[in-house]
Amino acid sequence: MMDTPFNAVVPMLCVVFAALAVMMAEAFRGRDEQMALGGLGIVGLVGAAVSSMLLWNRNASSFGVIVADNFGLFVTMTLVIVGVLTIMFSSVVVRRDGLPAGEYYALVLFAVVGMIMMATANDLLVIFIALEILSLAVYVLTGIRRDDPRATEAAFKYFLLGAFSSAFFLYGIAFTYGVSGSTRLDRIGAFLAAQSMSDSPLILVAIGMLLVGFAFKISAVPFHMWTPDAYEGAPAVVTGFMSTGVKAAAFAAFTRVFLSAFEPFSVDWAPMIWILAVATMILGTVVGVAQTNVKRMLAYSSIAHGGYLLVGLIAANDVGKAAILFYLLAYAVTNVAAFGVIALLGTRDAANDELRDFSGLWHGRPALAALMTVCLLSLGGLPPTAGFIGKWYIFSAAVSAGYYGLAIIGVLTSVVSVFFYLRVVVMMYMEERDPGLAAPAHVGGVGMVALVASIVVIFYLGVLPTRVLDLAAESISTIF
Amino acid sequence: MLALIPLFPLLGFLVNALFGRRLSKTVSGGVASAVMVASFAVSAFTVWGLAGLPVEERAIDQTVYTWIASGDFVLDLALRLDPLSAVMILVITGIGSLIHIYSTAYMHDEVDSEFARYFSYLNLFAAFMLVLVLGANFLVMFVGWEGVGLCSYLLIGFWFKKPSAIDAGKKAFVVNRIGDYAFILGMLLLFARFGTLDFQQLAAVVAGIPPEVGVFGVLSIASLLLFVGATGKSAQIPLYVWLPDAMEGPTPVSALIHAATMVTAGVYMIGRNAVLFSHAPETLMIVAVVGALTALMAATIGLVQNDMKRVLAYSTVSQLGLMFLAMGVGAFGAGIFHLYTHAFFKALLFLGSGAVIHALHGEQDIRNMGGLKKDLPITYWTFLIGALAIAGVPLLSGFFSKDELLFEAFREGHTVLWLMGAVASLMTAAYMFRLVFLTFHGERRHDAPAPVHQLEDESAAQAHDDSHGAGARPHDAPPAMAFVLIVLALGSVLAGYVGVPHALGGHNQLAAWLAPSFAAPGGVAEGLHVLSEGEAALEFTLMGVSTAIALGGIAIAVLIWLRRPQIAASMAERYPVVHRWLLNKYYVDEAYDATVVQPIRVGSERALWRGFDVRVIDGAVNGVGAIVAGSANILRLLQTGMVRTYAGSMLIGVVFILGYYLWR
Amino acid sequence: MIPLSHYLIVSAILFGIGTTGVLVRRNLITILLSIEIMLNAVNLTFIAFGRQLGSVDGQIIVFFVMTVAAAEAAVGLAIVIGLFRHRESLNPDAFASLKW
Repeated sequence: MMDTPFNAVVPMLCVVFAALAVMMAEAFRGRDEQMALGGLGIVGLVGAAVSSMLLWNRNASSFGVIVADNFGLFVTMTLVIVGVLTIMFSSVVVRRDGLPAGEYYALVLFAVVGMIMMATANDLLVIFIALEILSLAVYVLTGIRRDDPRATEAAFKYFLLGAFSSAFFLYGIAFTYGVSGSTRLDRIGAFLAAQSMSDSPLILVAIGMLLVGFAFKISAVPFHMWTPDAYEGAPAVVTGFMSTGVKAAAFAAFTRVFLSAFEPFSVDWAPMIWILAVATMILGTVVGVAQTNVKRMLAYSSIAHGGYLLVGLIAANDVGKAAILFYLLAYAVTNVAAFGVIALLGTRDAANDELRDFSGLWHGRPALAALMTVCLLSLGGLPPTAGFIGKWYIFSAAVSAGYYGLAIIGVLTSVVSVFFYLRVVVMMYMEERDPGLAAPAHVGGVGMVALVASIVVIFYLGVLPTRVLDLAAESISTIF
Repeated sequence: MLALIPLFPLLGFLVNALFGRRLSKTVSGGVASAVMVASFAVSAFTVWGLAGLPVEERAIDQTVYTWIASGDFVLDLALRLDPLSAVMILVITGIGSLIHIYSTAYMHDEVDSEFARYFSYLNLFAAFMLVLVLGANFLVMFVGWEGVGLCSYLLIGFWFKKPSAIDAGKKAFVVNRIGDYAFILGMLLLFARFGTLDFQQLAAVVAGIPPEVGVFGVLSIASLLLFVGATGKSAQIPLYVWLPDAMEGPTPVSALIHAATMVTAGVYMIGRNAVLFSHAPETLMIVAVVGALTALMAATIGLVQNDMKRVLAYSTVSQLGLMFLAMGVGAFGAGIFHLYTHAFFKALLFLGSGAVIHALHGEQDIRNMGGLKKDLPITYWTFLIGALAIAGVPLLSGFFSKDELLFEAFREGHTVLWLMGAVASLMTAAYMFRLVFLTFHGERRHDAPAPVHQLEDESAAQAHDDSHGAGARPHDAPPAMAFVLIVLALGSVLAGYVGVPHALGGHNQLAAWLAPSFAAPGGVAEGLHVLSEGEAALEFTLMGVSTAIALGGIAIAVLIWLRRPQIAASMAERYPVVHRWLLNKYYVDEAYDATVVQPIRVGSERALWRGFDVRVIDGAVNGVGAIVAGSANILRLLQTGMVRTYAGSMLIGVVFILGYYLWR
Repeated sequence: MIPLSHYLIVSAILFGIGTTGVLVRRNLITILLSIEIMLNAVNLTFIAFGRQLGSVDGQIIVFFVMTVAAAEAAVGLAIVIGLFRHRESLNPDAFASLKW
């Protein structure tokens, strides 16, 4: 590959072109003509994956604001996996629910573009724009079922609060710009390092505001309240997408901003994130216990998982940094697959996402029940799944960095959280099928392939994690 | 080679899980049993190889691959066969195979898919249990530790149509989670402090640290946390409450998981970390006291239980207490010895009770039994052997192991603990023979009061009516079950002869065999204690006492329940408080209920005036679960659904963060 | 020349007004407008800082932000229309079927 200023944006461009192609194809599509629009998207995503691999270790940079360092590429790969799985699950759902295929896939792809941009951005303004690109696409995806009042309500809540929070985020950027004279992360970092510890209130306000913006996107308490509602109202497959992709992208940017540019001020932000992490882990877990809707329960679970990731961010030693990346990947695959199962179980008229709807699933659809069990066990952090390795890494990083309190609370909440994951398992294996319920839907080929693939990845990450851990460690070293 | 041992059952699990519903019972049961036998064969072969090695080299390590490696932290998925794990794998695969074979007959009434589901769980359990004992570091052990918990949970709730089975499963789960929590924290602490989780390396590091006598340092805290984990898994005070309820599972499961193998994991874990625990004498003292108290308390409860399996369950808790007592006084070899013999006779007793229950179509209440000696001769004789063994009658296996552990406790100067163990043994003999007499002797009775509220009684009573409708005489165990009973009976008689004490002219091969496992690597295996003249005399004396205790207990049982059954009734009348106290298991469940569950329930019902879904509360388990559920139900009300509330919450966050930065 | 702090104070006040509007107004359109006020308050901050620093970056950023705000408004209004179709109301408190 030649070194041109465009190298670093190639993965993004692949997805952009795929999205444009989907839109064009939709425009020229006959009324009842079937087109493999999702396939187009997958082609673009695979292109992004291939170009990311080629860019590995090259530290390419475009225009000074997009850097394809290994860190960004690792997250890009995670996002590509999320995107591919989402499209595969969607192919079943779009046809079943009669969603507008062209718009749907284009929006998914544009959201992925925004996520990749956010993960590779090296400039606060670009991060903001990327955030908006992905958010706007996801707002619409949340409400893509316009006939469903709950979906519309979810989209509205998500949109309103998202816009609200992005105003704070932007205000934080403005202060950072005012203090340091730039929005480029490297320049901010250099400026702050030279400045060291002159506690100007403006920079603290800037840190606080940026923290608010990121905390909203990763749904940290108390900025989490949109999460359960948006996740419950959105179509399950979209929920899977946004609970993983958005979170991964936001965390990537969060990590990059706070561990590189604002690293000199870690004494100031670490205690604050400590509080957020504890509140997030506890609230996500405790309220999750009370839920009877599986989607909502997984929403609280994803809040709690955000808390564990924050623990990794605070315990930013060598182990902790790599742990964040590994955990993101493990969590992303697992959660997409779990929501995939819910999506596949739904029908056009009924979401089938209440706990009751899972009763006796094992008797009717053993494969689906088994796959769901693996996802739930991984979310609960039971060995030998991906979730276990991720949690182990995060908590041992916390302990070795001296954050005993965080580790104790984290382990406690993850121990409690297994309770509500197991509730679903109990429903599936140890309950009779509720006679009032229709037989579970039949699952099409593509959806099943995606599920099995994710399960393979979950076990791969749990049983043979070394290679991925090495990659994670390698990539985190490029930004710090 | 070592990896094959757990892989075989895993293979059986996969076959039954993936294709089980399409297989006939013969095939799925056959596959499940065959993989266990294969695993046993491999185990026996490798252990034979191990025994051929010189003492100081007796360990076979196999690194399957490097599991986790990042930076300077490398963790292998490593298996390690040493004398201690050798004993364990032989017990697990040996008794496991027998129980699988037994199950093919016992579970024969299930439909095909349920039958396959049962065997897939059972195989998966065996695989995890083998990983637990073969793991060369804490993390691998933890994989097994969590896995067996999960399987146990699934198997307790196997008959999910019985609500009591579901409740029992939940209880087991919650209690075990508390234990696991402590266990994980213990692991993390050790990892943070010593940077390794490998048992060998850990032992080597710890051996270089002076024992924490009189202080409560890192070693003590870590080992105490691990021990709390062990109390959950091995049903000790205060986390024992789940085991009696776990009897809701199928009887072979009770025999395998809740008597012979899984519940001994805690004892094994302490043995595996003998060096660590020896360097934390304060913790060891706690272990010993908890063990002795549990032994005594469970034995007293066992005296008055009327459900056949519950008597055995309390007996298991009590015997496990004795094992912990042995571990706590530093007699690791004696504890493992008792674990090993206990596996035989307790599995035998459970399977015998299973044969009785099978013959009586689900009847478990001993008040409705009696006189079964004639109809179930094989079951009777094997059960009797098991009872003699557990009572500690000389020349049977239980005698040697129990005697050794009591002797060690006495020799180490823990007279009070010894006395508690001895009293527990006396009661053990008494309640076991109460069980024998009430079940097999006398005339068939139907004395159980009509069930009022307890669901388990109800189902038992229904089954009981059915058996009457059939009008057939109970039939003895079918061949597969009889075979297993006889093999286990032989084991219960002979298993003890690997550990005949020196005082009786034996060589106590087991203790010699195990000793290297309890020493720090490279360090000199603490030479086997050679008994002095005086101690040999002491051991003889104590043996006499033990024998007297066993026979005394049996005599009491003969007197009260065989000769003059009315004595039992009159005693219950004369000491109604004590009787009721025991019958209700010291009201521990009620205490948990009154102090933890009810306040939360009442509180949350009052607090939640909005009157939403009560299923939430019903769905939450009692105990700790209810605390979480209660607070969850209050906290979820914050989520009002009003978008402006959410914005307000965010603003509070903003104000909080900015306030913190500007006015700190 | 008007010092920087005056601009900052004005923009902070504007931002506060916008925030308050989001919290207290009961009309979806007004709430959207309040968010616009917040964004424009930030724009003012950017321009003030840009001028202070003597660079055009601040003003260029404002163009980006205005574009983003326009896109956001488009999506926002579309969602509001969707909501109105379902319940014939613009009161945000009317939409609370997803809760707890």
